[in-house]
Parts: sequence; C-alpha cells; structure tokens
Amino acid sequence: MHTALNTLRTTPILSVKTESPTVKTYTLKDKLCAKAKPGQFLMLWIPGVDEIPLSVMYAENDRVSVTVKAVGDATRHLHSMKPGETVGVRGPFGNCFTEASGKILMVGGGTGTAPLLFLARRLATKAQRLSFVVGAKTKTELLFLKELNAVCTEQGVITTTEDGTYGLQCLVTEPLGKLLAATKFDMVYTCGPELMVSKIFNLTEQHGISFEASLERLMRCGIGLCGSCVIGKYRVCRDGPVFNAAQLSEVKSELGISKLGFDGERIPV
Amino acid sequence: MSRNPLSTSFAGLKLRNPTALASGILGYTAESLQRVVEGGAGAVVTKSVGAAPRMGYANPTVVQANCGLVNAMGLPNPGIDEFVEEIAHAKIILQAPLIVSVFGYSAEEYALVAEKAVAAGAEALELNVSCPHVKQTGSEIGQNPRILAEVVAKVKGAVQVPVIVKLSPNVTDMAETARVAVKAGADALTAINTVKAMAIDVDTTLPVLSNTRGGLSGPAIKPIALRCVYDLYETVETPIIGCGGITTWKDAVEFFLAGAIAVQVGTAVALENPNVFHAINRGVKAYLKKKGYGSVKEIVGIAHRA
Ligand SMILES: Cc1cc2nc3c(=O)[nH]c(=O)nc-3n(C[C@H](O)[C@H](O)[C@H](O)COP(=O)(O)OP(=O)(O)OC[C@H]3O[C@@H](n4cnc5c(N)ncnc54)[C@H](O)[C@@H]3O)c2cc1C
Ligand SMILES: Cc1cc2nc3c(=O)[nH]c(=O)nc-3n(C[C@H](O)[C@H](O)[C@H](O)COP(=O)(O)O)c2cc1C
Ligand code: FES
Repeated sequence: MHTALNTLRTTPILSVKTESPTVKTYTLKDKLCAKAKPGQFLMLWIPGVDEIPLSVMYAENDRVSVTVKAVGDATRHLHSMKPGETVGVRGPFGNCFTEASGKILMVGGGTGTAPLLFLARRLATKAQRLSFVVGAKTKTELLFLKELNAVCTEQGVITTTEDGTYGLQCLVTEPLGKLLAATKFDMVYTCGPELMVSKIFNLTEQHGISFEASLERLMRCGIGLCGSCVIGKYRVCRDGPVFNAAQLSEVKSELGISKLGFDGERIPV
Repeated sequence: MSRNPLSTSFAGLKLRNPTALASGILGYTAESLQRVVEGGAGAVVTKSVGAAPRMGYANPTVVQANCGLVNAMGLPNPGIDEFVEEIAHAKIILQAPLIVSVFGYSAEEYALVAEKAVAAGAEALELNVSCPHVKQTGSEIGQNPRILAEVVAKVKGAVQVPVIVKLSPNVTDMAETARVAVKAGADALTAINTVKAMAIDVDTTLPVLSNTRGGLSGPAIKPIALRCVYDLYETVETPIIGCGGITTWKDAVEFFLAGAIAVQVGTAVALENPNVFHAINRGVKAYLKKKGYGSVKEIVGIAHRA
C-alpha cells in the first residue's frame, strides 16, 4: 500500500447533483482519487460524523464523483452538505474490474449501478455488445437511465421496477435467465444487494459464463488491517471489492448469508 | 540431518518460525487467521476479546501518520461466548499455535474470559493490559501494579496454558510493570502495544479519530519498541516477544539481537500484505546462514555482549 493514498486529504465539495429522491452524486477535487479505476472505492470523511466507503462513479482529470444513497446517519448528514463544504478522502482503495471485451452484460441494483456506469463508460468503445439490466423499487429510484442509454449498444438497457411503475415489473434478476440463454455473453459484471449478487452468481455458474461482482462489507480501516470486512479468507477492502467466480465459489458459505457486524459477530447479510 | 534454523520455542509453545501475527490485525475469524498462517506466520494472536460484545468506536478509527498509523478501534469484539466458536474452528484448521488475546474490566473478568478461551481451544493467552484508548481496561490495568498483579495471578490460577502479558510503552517505568507481571506468574511478555497518539486536521481544525486519542503503530515506533525489548532483557529472565513496527527481516533481526525470542507483526500486514511473514522469515534465514548461525535462538540477546 502506498501511504500517500491512505493519507487523509480534505477537499471542498465541488458540486452536488440529485439523481433520485434518495440519491445524490458528489464531485470532489482530488488528484489521487481521480486516478481510480472502475470498481475501486474511497473512504469519505464527513468531519465530526463518520467515515464511510463509497465506490467511485466517475474519475477524470483531477476530479472524482461518488453516488450516495441516504440510508443512515452518515449518508443523511452528507446529503445535507452543499458545494464548498469540506470533506476528507483517502484512497482509492481495492482492486478493480478486469476490462473484458466481446459481449458484455452488467446488472446493477440500487447505487451498485454507479461503479458499473463507470466501467460501462470505459468499455463502451471496446465491447462488441454492451447490455445493462438496471433495477429499483420504483421508477423515481431508477438510476442513470440516460447515461446508460448513451453508452450501451442499441436497446441494450433493460429496466425493472418492483412496483411496475417503469419497465418490467419484476426483480432485476428476473430477465437474466432468458438473456443468458439467448446470448453467449463473454462476461457478466454486477454490483448491488448481496442476495441479488448471489442469485446472479448461481445463474452465470449454470451457464458457464465469466463473472465479476463487487461486494460490500463493513469497513473501518479500508487498507486490509482491521479485519472488519472479511469474507472467507479475503479482505473485501484489499483483496476485493471485486471478486471473480472462482473466488466467490470459495466463499459460498458466506455469500448472501453472513457478514461481520460492528462487534465482529457473524450476522445475516 | 537438516534442522529448521527458524524453529523456536518459549513458555512451552513450539513455533515453526519466530514470527507471529499481532493482536487486532485480521484476528476475528478462523479463516483470516488461516490466511496469515499461509502467509508464513509461525503463530497467531486473535483480536482481543472481552466478556461482552463491544461495537468499538465510530469511524475514523485509523489515520495515516508519517511512517505509521494512529488507530482507535475501541476494542470491537463479539464477546467470548460468541468467539468460542471461532476459537474452536481455528483450533481445527490452523497449523500453528493459537494465542487468544483477552481483556477485561476486572481480574475476575479476565479470568472468566481466559477460562472460556482455553476450554474452546486456545493454546496460550495474551493478556491485553496495554490498549491505550479504552477506559477502565487495557493500559489502565497495566499501569496499576496492584491490579496488574491481581489480573495475572487470577488468570494463572484459572488456566493451565502459558500466559503472556502484553506491555504498554505508555508508562514511566516499563521495567517495573514487567517485574510485577513476572512475579505474578507471567510466562512471557510481549512488548509493545501502541504508543498514545493523535492526529488533527488543520482544515476543519478537528481531531481526526472519532475517539480523539489513539495509538501509534508501524515503523515510527520501531526504535521505541526495540529499546523496550533491550531494557526488558536486562530486567527479567522471562521470554520476550518483540512487537512494534516490524516490517522487514532486518527489523526482526534487530529485535532478536536485543533479546526477543520471537516477534509479532501487525501494521506491516497492511503496509505489505499477509505474506510479509514469509518475506521476513526468508530474510532471517539468509542472515543466519550468512553469519554462520545454526538457529535463530543463538542470536537472541547477543547485542548485549557489547
Ligand atoms: C466497497 C463499498 C462501496 C460502497 N459504495 C457505495 C456507493 O457507491 N454508494 C452508496 O450509497 N453506498 C455505498 N456503500 C455503502 C455505504 O458505505 C453505506 O451505505 C454507509 O456506510 C452507511 O452509513 P450510514 O451512517 O449512513 O448508515 P448506518 O445507519 O450507519 O448504516 C446503514 C447500513 O450501511 C452499512 N454500513 C454502515 N457503515 C458502514 C461502513 N463503515 N462500511 C460499510 N457499510 C457500512 C451497514 O450495512 C448498515 O446496516 C459502499 C460500501 C462498501 C463497503
Ligand atoms: C488496527 C489495530 C488494532 C489493534 N488491536 C489490538 C488489540 O485488540 N489488542 C492488542 O493487544 N493490541 C492491538 N493492537 C496493537 C498491535 O497488536 C501491536 O501491538 C501494535 O500495533 C504495534 O505493532 P505494529 O507496529 O507491528 O503494528 C492493534 C493495532 C492496530 C494497528
Ligand atoms: S476494512 Fe479493515 S481490513 Fe478491510
């Protein structure tokens, strides 16, 4: 680990964009995080409140963007912050998605769509086919439809909502059976709720397709030291957050099942 | 017949090499301890476990300093009644001695946790009487000779396995603490835990750690830890395990020369990776060969001849 990456940098929020009623994108100036690759994350310090892991949604020149859903204390506090206010960053940390070519399918659930959009933008010019299934509970929570339509191949974006207010009324995993049977994809990428990830993992295994998923675990240090984020023998913050099919098979007894809580106890995912 | 020049032993524990994982680094699950053994560790120490679950402090819990890290995790742990399952699993899969780190708020609590840990499979115990950032335990126990003696004696009376006492550098006279621990029955000493420290962000003018104060680890504290081991070697006959900033084989050799029978490695697992133990062992082995020593045990304390 380069200690420069782990050194806390304070930086002003440059801009805030509302993506949905519960999700906002924050753009910050940070030279190191601006070099992040798709799949990597940063630790965002909300001064006096908390420090949380967030996937990089975009990185360019000296800027980095993260897309954040308000779910609790830290994220709600962040949502109340405005451009010009100060936050801190460490990172970028973790590994990244491998950049595959050929026919590619991405499946994003909730804010898990953010790192996949970053990846999709990188792969857009290389991929022979780029399809994206994106799901949410309801229409207003669907993220990045415009951006995804701009980078995916024609009619490549399939949307699902649980309440049927937009696209197909089903879970994001539902259209996959048909899609995988119809097309021999070269790679499937996913990020989102872990039950979704483990379902998709099972499907890609059945079809014998290469697979990479970005996982979430409780993170404290972010640098592979404290052990809060382990799944099996892996540290999600350092050996991940992106894992391939072979690695995921090794952690099947925990994937979608259990994780460590704040006190290190094994709790249901 | 070829002997393993790295094998060592202390307090009845046999180690295939003299490097061990320090407490609080990846120490929650059997599988992550196993990963460290695969990375070359000759023994492992678990995360410190207490009588009841603790959530630890809010983030930030770790902050980078020049040549080190300041941490205040706040002893997050699931409590011994939950942790016994992990100990039992670790005992089955690990090919190296399993040392369980224990803390408490009273001598009775230390002894209770110790008993349960040993019943579940701990091959030795390390008493954390040196954590600098949680009130009423850790270094607050280690700083008070009367309470320290009581804790060590109570635990010794409760278990049959070796009891290691981990010392804090945050005291006026570490030799005195060591003497008390040894007199009360400590089978070995680990030196050192982290050095009290903090970090302030100049932009927001706030302390960075949520707990404000924490402990410094990593290369920055190596010279301090080395001096502690050197002093302890002249103070007590008890085996000493060196800990603090050890990252390379050269660091490890310095500690052996100062008087450590083995070393623990913590922060370097993050600075490098879990295979850092292999790298250290390879370097120590090459050093022994080059210098004509048959065993690492031959170099323990030889810096004191001067
Ligand atoms: C590698 C990684 C990338 C992530 N990327 C994003 C992202 O791009 N966008 C986004 O909105 N969220 C992301 N998250 C999740 C985000 O970190 C949590 O939503 C946030 O920490 C919640 O904090 P809170 O105080 O608002 O909520 P709390 O009320 O504290 O917690 C709500 C839930 O969030 C999770 N959580 C809380 N603290 C942490 C922590 N330190 N580490 C991990 N999970 C935590 C727990 O499951 C908890 O139950 C990511 C998590 C990880 C591990
Ligand atoms: C993140 C972190 C957590 C720690 N947790 C514990 C602990 O639970 N119990 C303990 O006795 N020491 C704990 N320590 C101290 C280490 O075991 C070790 O004594 C110290 O870090 C110095 O060694 P190092 O420089 O090799 O890390 C912790 C250290 C760090 C960095
Ligand atoms: S968050 Fe500390 S090891 Fe991953």
